Amino acid sequence: MAKYVIIIISMVLVNNYPLAQFLGICPFLGVSKDSESATGMGIAVTFVMVLATAVTWPIQQLLNSKGIGYLQTVVFILVIASLVQLIEMFMKKNMVGLYKSLGVFLPLITTNCAVLGVCISNIDSGYNYLQSLFNAFGAGLGFLFAMILMAGVRSKLVDQSRIPKSWQGVPIVLLTAAIMALSFMGFGGMFS
Amino acid sequence: MSQIIIPVVLVVVVGLIASIILAAASKVFFIQEDPKFILMRAELPGANCGGCGYAGCDDYAHALVEDPDGVPITKCAVGGPACAEKLAEILGKSADGMEKNVAYVMCNGTTNNAQKLFDYADIPTCKAAKQLFGGSKACPNGCLGLGDCEAACDFDAIHVIKGVALVNRDKCVSCSACVKACPNNLIKIVPDKAKIAVRCHNSEKGADARKHCSVACIGCGMCQRTCKFDAIHVENNVASIDPAKCKMCGMCVVKCPTGAIQDMLHTKEQLEKVKTTLAAMEAKEAEKRKKAALEAAAAKKAAAEAAK
Repeated sequence: MAKYVIIIISMVLVNNYPLAQFLGICPFLGVSKDSESATGMGIAVTFVMVLATAVTWPIQQLLNSKGIGYLQTVVFILVIASLVQLIEMFMKKNMVGLYKSLGVFLPLITTNCAVLGVCISNIDSGYNYLQSLFNAFGAGLGFLFAMILMAGVRSKLVDQSRIPKSWQGVPIVLLTAAIMALSFMGFGGMFS
Repeated sequence: MSQIIIPVVLVVVVGLIASIILAAASKVFFIQEDPKFILMRAELPGANCGGCGYAGCDDYAHALVEDPDGVPITKCAVGGPACAEKLAEILGKSADGMEKNVAYVMCNGTTNNAQKLFDYADIPTCKAAKQLFGGSKACPNGCLGLGDCEAACDFDAIHVIKGVALVNRDKCVSCSACVKACPNNLIKIVPDKAKIAVRCHNSEKGADARKHCSVACIGCGMCQRTCKFDAIHVENNVASIDPAKCKMCGMCVVKCPTGAIQDMLHTKEQLEKVKTTLAAMEAKEAEKRKKAALEAAAAKKAAAEAAK
């Protein structure tokens, strides 16, 4: 049990995807303008990460058994892309409310490197099936956590601080991300 | 050999399985769309430009189906009035209210008209030229003439001619791509029926503006005083016409001392006529004023005498 808790905490804080491993930076910077869409994106990513792991882990075992583990990346991208497409169709039919709130973000996630990253890191860390699922869930939570933090800081940045003109827009966002990454580095070495 | 064949076959098989599942899913999870949605989606251009304010043509059609009274049918700039008419037909509404809009370039600083400060021979885009002393023209607001708008236009509707961008109103769909591309904010969207417009955006004081360009608006306010409909106003040293109020009489055009107001409606002879009518009107008014002044003086005199 302790192993699973450690996996989740390490993925949320120590190995946080956007802030410590620099995966999924694109939506982290792009969709963090307001906290509502940031939360939506975070939940959608968590959802897809867990599902993608559930599908790709068995596929990796199949690839390994045939001795062609190097095809990992190509096959994973193919599988994740069609999986997200399938989920989108399913949700459009059966979960209209969820589709409306996540709908815009789902296609964006298909080729997100954080999703592919979590699938590959499951394999590289030698996790079993259940551990992989927990790892994916933790990575998603960490992403959601970072998104909400960033959206909170950014809404304050726009409203309440007088930013010099040359720093407005992308520069101040990148600087914010850098300082946040710096503070997340403080968690490094929590688990050996 | 099998080292190559097995991976290839495997990836093909995975791809095939995925495509079969997706094809099956599209049947299983098929949603009966509103027939109106399908019809309207077919009429919309499908450019997915987002100009309507919705996330693509699908989203706009959905919004129209869900709230046909609240969502205006006139949002699609690319499809224009023809598209709005079709949408109205499908929804059973009338298409009035959609007027064709076009982009308008507020500058006439051609190579003959505008003063040049230096020859610019660097990166050939307006954005780059703007970085270097605000461009090679003396006017700080003028058209840079390097065609950022031309490159932004998907409809071949705007071209740089003699150093100034010019909109082809027949081709323009008012998508605002050029408006965003212009680093000097020289382009605005106006109704197509606005045939008279101030073709200058120079905000310098009169003397400087005149020095920098022979057809600049010098902000003298002559047009504002001439206009009978309160449609033209000088603000920040440059005049602009409110198309909602303008009756297109052409009086400001003949009055403008620098010729900064463009008239696409009247011929030269018609403008001559406007000029004579205006002169006659002004003469009449001056006479009236003179008469009134004389009468007032006479009355004053009479009153003074009576007081004595």
